[in-house]
Amino acid sequence: MTLEGWTLILAFIALVAAIARPLGLYLDAVFAGRRTLLSLVLRPVENTFYRLAGVKADVEQDWKAYALAVLLFSFICTLALYALLRLQGALPLNPQAFGAVAPNVAMNTAVSFVTNTNWQAYAGESTMSHLTQMLGLTVQNFLSAAVGIAVAIAFARGFARRGAATIGNFWVDMTRATLYVLLPISTILAIAFIALGMPQTLAGSLQATTLEGAHQDIAIGPVASQIAIKMLGTNGGGFFNANAAHPFENMGPIVNLIQMLSIFAIGAGLTITFGRMVGDERQGWALLAAMGVLFLFGTGVAYWAEAQATPALIQAGVDPSTMNMEGKETRFGIAASALFAAVTTAASCGAVNAMHDSFSALGGMVPLTNILAGEVIVGGVGAGLYGILVFAILTIFVAGLMVGRTPAYLGKKIEARDVKLAVLAILASPLAILIGTALAAGTDLGRAGVQDPGPHGFTEMLYAFASAAGNNGSAFGGLTATSDFYTYAQAAAMLIGRFLVIVPALAIAGNLAAKPVTPASSGSFPTTGLLFIGLLAFIIVIVGALTFFPALALGPLAEATAGRLF
Amino acid sequence: MSEKAKSASLFDSDILRPAALEAFGKMSPMKMWRNPVMFATELVAIYVTILFARDLLAGGAETAFAGQISLWLWLTVWFAAFAEAVAEGRGKAQAASLRRARSELKARRLVNGAPQPPTAASDLKIDDLVEVVAGEFIPADGEVIEGVATVDESAITGESAPVIREAGGDRSAVTAGTRVLSDRIVVRVTAAQGSTFLDRMIALVEGASRKKTPNEIALSVLLAGLSLIFVLAVVTVPAFASYANGSVSVIALAALFIALIPTTIGGLLSAIGIAGMDRLVRFNVLATSGRAVEAAGDVDVLLLDKTGTITLGDRQAVAFIPAPGVSERDLADAAQLASLSDETPEGRSIVVLAKDRFDMRGREMAPTHAKFVPFTAQTRMSGVDVDGMQIRKGAVDSILQFVAAQNGGSSAPGDVRRAAEAIARDGGTPLAVARNGQVLGVMHLKDVVKGGVKERFAELRKMGIRTVMITGDNALTAAAIAAEAGVDDFLSEAKPEHKLALIRREQAEGKLVAMCGDGTNDAPALAQADVGVAMQTGTPAAREAGNMVDLDSDPTKLIEIVSIGKQLLMTRGSLTTFSIANDVAKYFAIIPAMFAVLYPGLGLLNIMGLSSPQSAILSAIIFNAIVIPLLIPLALKGVAWRAAPAGQLLARNLSIYGLGGLIAPFLGIKAIDVVVSALHLA
Repeated sequence: MTLEGWTLILAFIALVAAIARPLGLYLDAVFAGRRTLLSLVLRPVENTFYRLAGVKADVEQDWKAYALAVLLFSFICTLALYALLRLQGALPLNPQAFGAVAPNVAMNTAVSFVTNTNWQAYAGESTMSHLTQMLGLTVQNFLSAAVGIAVAIAFARGFARRGAATIGNFWVDMTRATLYVLLPISTILAIAFIALGMPQTLAGSLQATTLEGAHQDIAIGPVASQIAIKMLGTNGGGFFNANAAHPFENMGPIVNLIQMLSIFAIGAGLTITFGRMVGDERQGWALLAAMGVLFLFGTGVAYWAEAQATPALIQAGVDPSTMNMEGKETRFGIAASALFAAVTTAASCGAVNAMHDSFSALGGMVPLTNILAGEVIVGGVGAGLYGILVFAILTIFVAGLMVGRTPAYLGKKIEARDVKLAVLAILASPLAILIGTALAAGTDLGRAGVQDPGPHGFTEMLYAFASAAGNNGSAFGGLTATSDFYTYAQAAAMLIGRFLVIVPALAIAGNLAAKPVTPASSGSFPTTGLLFIGLLAFIIVIVGALTFFPALALGPLAEATAGRLF
Repeated sequence: MSEKAKSASLFDSDILRPAALEAFGKMSPMKMWRNPVMFATELVAIYVTILFARDLLAGGAETAFAGQISLWLWLTVWFAAFAEAVAEGRGKAQAASLRRARSELKARRLVNGAPQPPTAASDLKIDDLVEVVAGEFIPADGEVIEGVATVDESAITGESAPVIREAGGDRSAVTAGTRVLSDRIVVRVTAAQGSTFLDRMIALVEGASRKKTPNEIALSVLLAGLSLIFVLAVVTVPAFASYANGSVSVIALAALFIALIPTTIGGLLSAIGIAGMDRLVRFNVLATSGRAVEAAGDVDVLLLDKTGTITLGDRQAVAFIPAPGVSERDLADAAQLASLSDETPEGRSIVVLAKDRFDMRGREMAPTHAKFVPFTAQTRMSGVDVDGMQIRKGAVDSILQFVAAQNGGSSAPGDVRRAAEAIARDGGTPLAVARNGQVLGVMHLKDVVKGGVKERFAELRKMGIRTVMITGDNALTAAAIAAEAGVDDFLSEAKPEHKLALIRREQAEGKLVAMCGDGTNDAPALAQADVGVAMQTGTPAAREAGNMVDLDSDPTKLIEIVSIGKQLLMTRGSLTTFSIANDVAKYFAIIPAMFAVLYPGLGLLNIMGLSSPQSAILSAIIFNAIVIPLLIPLALKGVAWRAAPAGQLLARNLSIYGLGGLIAPFLGIKAIDVVVSALHLA
C-alpha cells in the first residue's frame, strides 16, 4: 500500500461527499416540482410528454397504483427490449451484420437491463448492433435508473408525509428523473469523455495493420454516450466485453476517477435529498455516513489484500513486495483497481476495470460482500436509498426498543406491518442468492459453467447469483453463464432481487405515509448521531454475515485459509 | 393482594414446582405454534429424536451424539415453556385468593324496596338493587345509591385502612368482595357476573385474557423472518457441501439451525410480557391490557392534577399582611379568633401561624357566647361573632363586598388589593380578614409543593416526557406553582372539557397522553387518553373509562407506570439484541466443526479452540438451551432502568446486551466445551 493509493481513496470519498449536497438539493427541487435552472427548457418538454401519454401530472397514486405502474412499465420495457434483441438482424444500424440474439441470452439481457442489473451474458462488440446498443441498451440504462430513483423518492415521501393516502405519481417521477437528472448529467459526462478521447461514432470498426503487418479489426462505436449513463445510472453494462478495463471505455486515471464519481453521485445525492424531504438534512448525512463507514472498511481490506503478493508468487520465490497485479490494468494499478472494484460493487453498478476473479481470496471477497450486504453501500441509483432505509427500519425496530419506547423512525412508529414488509424486502436477495447458488453447486447444469476447481469455483457461482440478485451485474469472471440454466436462473434472480424489494418497499412507503408523526423529544431514538451510524452499519454487516456465513466459509474463506491457489 | 404476595421472591418454590409441571403441558404443539421460533425448535427436536430412535434401532455412528442433541433441544423447548409458566405462576396465587373471595358472596336484593331472602351473588343481574349492612360483603360491583358506609377494601387493594363510600359524588363505586364495616348502603349492580372487577382482576393476574400486544406481534414477525433467513442459510448447505465433494451430518445442520434462530428471545418473549403486567399488579395497578402497558412506555405528555399529585393538597397560611394602620399582631389576633373553630387544614394552619409568630395560645371560646359563621359556597367566607365583634375571613372579593355592604358602599384600601394581587402573582391564595366593617389585611395561603416532585419532573424531562399540571386555580396562581414544581406547562381554571380538549390537541400532534382521574366528569378524558389511570376510589364511570386502575388511588404513580412500560419494552429489545448477537459465536463454533472436514484450512475459524467437531456443536446447543433459564430472572425483573435521555439508554443497553451478547457466548461455549470434553460426552 502506498501513500498515493490511500490519498486516492480518501480524496475519492471527500469528492463524493462534496458532490452529494448540491446534487441532493437539486434532486429535491426536481421531485418536489420546484423551478430549477433547467425548468425553462424542460418544463414544456415534460408537459408535452404528459399530454401525449395522457398522464394527469397532478393526480397522485397510492402505493398499489404506484407499484402497479412500476411493474407494468418494467414489463413492457422487458418485452420491447426482448423483441429488439431478437429482431436486430432485420433492423438498420447494424454495420457488422449481427444476427438475432439467441432466445435465452435475449431474455436474460432484457431482464438484466430492465432491472438495472446489466449482467452481460454476451460480448457487446460481437453480439449487439449499434441500434440495439443505442435504442435498446442505452435507453434501458436511462429508464431502469429512472425507475430506481422514482421508487426511492416515493419511499422517502412515505417518511415525509403524514396522514397521506398517496406517495406520488410514478409517471411524473420517472419522467423527471430521466429529463432533469439523467439526461443532462450524462450529456455533460459524455462530452467530457469524448473530450478526453473516448470514441463516439456510428462506424463499426477500425481497420488497422499491426507492425508485424497483420490485419486487425478494432471495434468502435457510440461508446461515450453509453458509458456516461452506464456509470451515472449504476448500470455497468459495458460497450465492450472488457468493460471499463478496455482502453476505449476507460482511458486512464482521470477518466477512471470521473467514472467512479459518477457511479456514486446520484446514490449519495439521494441520501441528502431524503434528509431534505423529511425536513432534517442530518438524517440524510447519517445514512451517507453509515454507507461511508462500510465502504471505507471494504475498500481498505481490498486494497490491503491486493497489495500483498499471492501465495503462488511467494512459492515461486518472487520478491514478496510484488503485489497482485494479475487481471489488473497497469494504467490503473492496485489502488485504483481495488477502489473501482469496491465502488462498482457497493453501488450496484457492475462495471469493472479489473478482473475480480483474479483478486486474492480476501480481496475478491470484498466485492462479493459488498453485493451480499444488500446493495446498500450507496447502492444502485434509488435502490441504495430504499435498501438502506429498509435496514434502518429493522435497526430501529430492534435497537429502538432498548430506549423504552415503541420504535419510531423520523416520528413514524414502526409496527407489525412495517416489520413484516421490511423482512420480506430483506429476504428477497438471500432467497435468490442462496437457492440459486445451491442449484448451481448441487447440479451438473450449474457445475458445468465453472472454470476453476474448489472453493474458487464455488465463489464464481456465489458471485454470479449475488451479482444478479443484487442487480449489480459485475461478473467475478471464470463462470460461463451463457447456458440455459444460468441465463434463466440468473434472470429469475434479477427479477426477485429487483421487484421483491421494490413492491414491499412501496408498501412500506404507503403504510408510513398514512401514519401521523410523533414529534421527536429527548426520549426518542436518536437517528443522526455516531451511535446510530455505527449501529446501522453493524446491523447491515451482521444480517449479511449471519445469512451468508456458511456460503462465504465454503468460498473465499476456504480459499483464503487453504494457503494455495485454486 | 397481601403484603406477602407483593414481596414474594422471584424463585419461590411454591411457584417453581407447579410451573415445572405445567411447562410440560405448554409444550403441546397445539399451544406452541403460536410462538413460531419455539414451534420450529420443537419440530426440529421431534425430527432429531426420530433420527436418534432410528440410530438406536439400526445402529449408527452418531447415536450418542444424536441422543444428546435431541435431549438439549427438548430442554430448550421446555425451558421456554417453563419461563412462561413461572411468569404466570406469580399471578396464580393472587388469583386463587381472589377467587375464594368471590365464591362465597351472598346477596340480599331489594325488590320494590322490600328486602328479599339472601341468594347467591351469581344470580344478580345488572341494575338489581342490593342492600348491604355492616359486616356483610358487597356481592357485586356497583354504585351506592343510598347511604354512606365505611368499607374495608383490603381484599382488593391490600390497604387496611377503611374507606368511605357514599351515594352521589366521586366516591360511589363499590367492588364485589369488599366488606362493609359500618352503616347500611343500597347498591345498584353495574357489572354482570363474570365481568365484575374481581373477575377481570382474576383473569388479568392469571394471564387468561392475555393477547399479544402490537409490539409483541411486530417482534414475533421479525423473529419469524430471521428464522426464515436461517432456514435458507441452512437448507442450502448440503448442496454447497456436495460441490466440495463432501456431506454434512443432518444432526449438525439441525443443530446449526436451532443455534441460529433467536430461541433466547423467542423463548422468553411471552414471559417478559406477563412479567410486565405482573410488575404493575405488584405495584397495585391493574391494566386492562398489555397494550396499555406498552402505551405507558410511549407516553409523551403526562397530565397531572395539581392537588394531591404536585402539591400536598392543603394550603397553608404563611404570612399576615396587615392593611395600613393595622398592626400585624392585631390582624393575627382577629384571624386566629376567626379560625379557632375552623377545623379545615387551612383554618388550622392560620392558628398555627399565629402561634408561631406571636405566641398566641388557643382561647377558650365557650364562655364568650361566640357564634360561629360557617363557610358556605354562597358567602365564600367564614368567621365568628364574639364580644360584639363581627370577624370574617374569606376570599378577598367576598370580604370586600361584605365590608362595602356594611359601610354603605365605601371601598377598601387600595393597599389591601395590591397585597392580594401580589400574593396571587406569587402563586398563593390571599384571604382577607375583616372586623366590624374594617378590612384588617390579608393572609398569604400557599400551596405547598410536595418534596421531591421537582426532581422527578426533571427526570421525566430527561426521558423526553412533558408534564402538564391541571388545576382549577387562576392562571397567575397556576403559573407560580408550575414554576415552583418545575412542570413544563399548566392548564389553569381547568374544567373537564378543557382536559379533554388538551388531550385531543396533544394527540393531534402525534403525542401519547397519560392522565389519571377519579370523577365521573373525568371519564371522557380518561377514555380519550392513551393511558388513563382511574383511581380505585373513583366512580364506576371513571373506572370503566380508564385502561388502568390504581388500587391505591395514588396519582403520583403515573410516573412509575410510565417507567414500568418503558422497562418492559427495553427488556424485550435488550434480549432480542442479545439473542441475535449470540449468533456470531455460534457460527464460529459450528461452521468450522461442519466444514473443516471439507477444507481443513477452515479449522482456523475455530478461534475458541473447541476440542472436537461434535463437542463444538453440542456445546453451542447446550449454551443455547441454558441461556434461557439463566435469563429468566432478567426477563421477569426487567432490565435495570433509570431515567436518562434515549441516547444514553441506548449506549448503555447496547454495550451490555449487544457487546455482551457478542462476547458472552464465546466464553460460555468454550467453558461448556471444556466440561463436555472432560466428561467425554462428545
